[in-house]
Amino acid sequence: MLYPTRPTVPVKGHLPVLLPMRSTGEPLPLTDRVFNLWTAALLFVACAVALVTPALAQQDGESQRSIIEILLEWTPTIGSGFAFNVLISICSMAVGTVLGVGLGILQVSPLRFVRQVSWAITQFFRNSPWLVLLFYCILLIPFQIEIFGTEVPFPGWIKAVLGLSLPVMAYMSEYVRGAIMSIPEGQWESAESLGFNRAQTMREIILPQTVKRILPSWMNLYAVLTMATPLVSIVGVNDVMALTRAALSAEGRVDLLIPMYLYILCWFFIYCYPISAFTRRLERKFSVQL
Amino acid sequence: MDSTSVIEWLRPDWFFNLTVVSDEYNRGRYLAGLWMTVQLSVISIVLSLVVGAVGAAAQGAQSRTVRVLVGFFVAFFRNTPPLVQLYFFYFAIGTVLQITGDDGRPEPLVSNFGWAIISLSLFAGALNVEIFRAGIEAVPKSTIEAAEALGYKRLQIYKDIVLPLAVRISLPALGTNLVNLVKTTTLAYAIAVPELLYVAAQIWSEDLNVQEMMNVLLLSYVGIVAVLVWVLHHWEKKLRIPGYGR
Repeated sequence: MLYPTRPTVPVKGHLPVLLPMRSTGEPLPLTDRVFNLWTAALLFVACAVALVTPALAQQDGESQRSIIEILLEWTPTIGSGFAFNVLISICSMAVGTVLGVGLGILQVSPLRFVRQVSWAITQFFRNSPWLVLLFYCILLIPFQIEIFGTEVPFPGWIKAVLGLSLPVMAYMSEYVRGAIMSIPEGQWESAESLGFNRAQTMREIILPQTVKRILPSWMNLYAVLTMATPLVSIVGVNDVMALTRAALSAEGRVDLLIPMYLYILCWFFIYCYPISAFTRRLERKFSVQL
Repeated sequence: MDSTSVIEWLRPDWFFNLTVVSDEYNRGRYLAGLWMTVQLSVISIVLSLVVGAVGAAAQGAQSRTVRVLVGFFVAFFRNTPPLVQLYFFYFAIGTVLQITGDDGRPEPLVSNFGWAIISLSLFAGALNVEIFRAGIEAVPKSTIEAAEALGYKRLQIYKDIVLPLAVRISLPALGTNLVNLVKTTTLAYAIAVPELLYVAAQIWSEDLNVQEMMNVLLLSYVGIVAVLVWVLHHWEKKLRIPGYGR
């Protein structure tokens, strides 16, 4: 369809070189992606309807509320639970990013010992399961600590934030290290010749240039972290998953199970899909065309 | 933790005083959990590779419907939490899918172990589809054209030319994803599959040795991941074509 129509009657001097240039590849994936998004939404509605309709038909005119009514009724509760998940994800992302950038800079330290220790820390936290780290923080951090004589309570969700920020820190550390290593040596050398010391070079020349390289991975990491936040329900924090299960047991209806879980999946999908779509666009934009 | 307790912690007999080493009952449970985690990991890895290969092949299909369906599958499983997927499979679909057992009572058709495998393989498989597709797209056009010129058919090209090259190109990304899959097997804890985390939680709630069990647990997982990374690295080295890549 994209091909220019070739004249059927032989034209004098007609050469393929003279045909208008056609761009390859770029337009089609875009339409494909748009098509995907809409189809995803449509399929979702279709799925939900297909699953809900038989359940509705089963009611035999009893005075039971319909599935959609129940879902709408629980929406404020679930919404607040989801907002809590988002809060947890933002907090752990903030903590993890700050720690991770520090650890990443330590990984390229000129001191060999510092490099090795920070490498080991990064690898350890990167390769241990999120859930185990979460258990670690929840069970081993005291529920209150004493600072200057005052007892500061440490609620479960803050411990969960710390637990989730540990793997984020490790991933971030690897991204920062990779980005710093990918900055050409010449940048360091020219900064040195201009009289910058190491800290200044790092802060004012190297790190600003790494931002662009880290950004897509960082956003992807945020999406992954958001999808990991339901784990906190296992360790007893009242997030959206815990609320949903409470709602399900309060209603006590078997036909509600599939719509309700699909509904939660929808919430996460609607939140995370734009992030990952945008990430892919950024990646494409920043990628080097070979 | 002050310095004396650190030294105490590092004592060599600390290892032999661990309840999972000294106590036979706990050791048995721990090893059973380890075996369960290994089983979960290996079966899910194999199935996710199958899902990935089939999905990537389907994404290269002529039919737009098939492509869009696969795209939807990938987008959905990539952008929803694996834990909620697992709950959806186990609590929602698992409750509906029941058969009448021998004693006349309803029995689940698929066990919790089965659902864990299905859910984990679909989740990792969706990511594998993307990885394989990226690998397939990275195979040079000229290579495929050369194969066409030599009279290869479409399926033959896919099987003999594209796939072997694509596998090599996508191995690093695949490794990361498979390591992630092994780490995600801990989610099976949530539906009471007796894997490593589950038995560790049992042991620490009975013996009240949370800290030791936690350390054992973390080291076990780092060990399992290290084995996987070693295998993948070895594989990568073995599959390397001289003069191709790098």
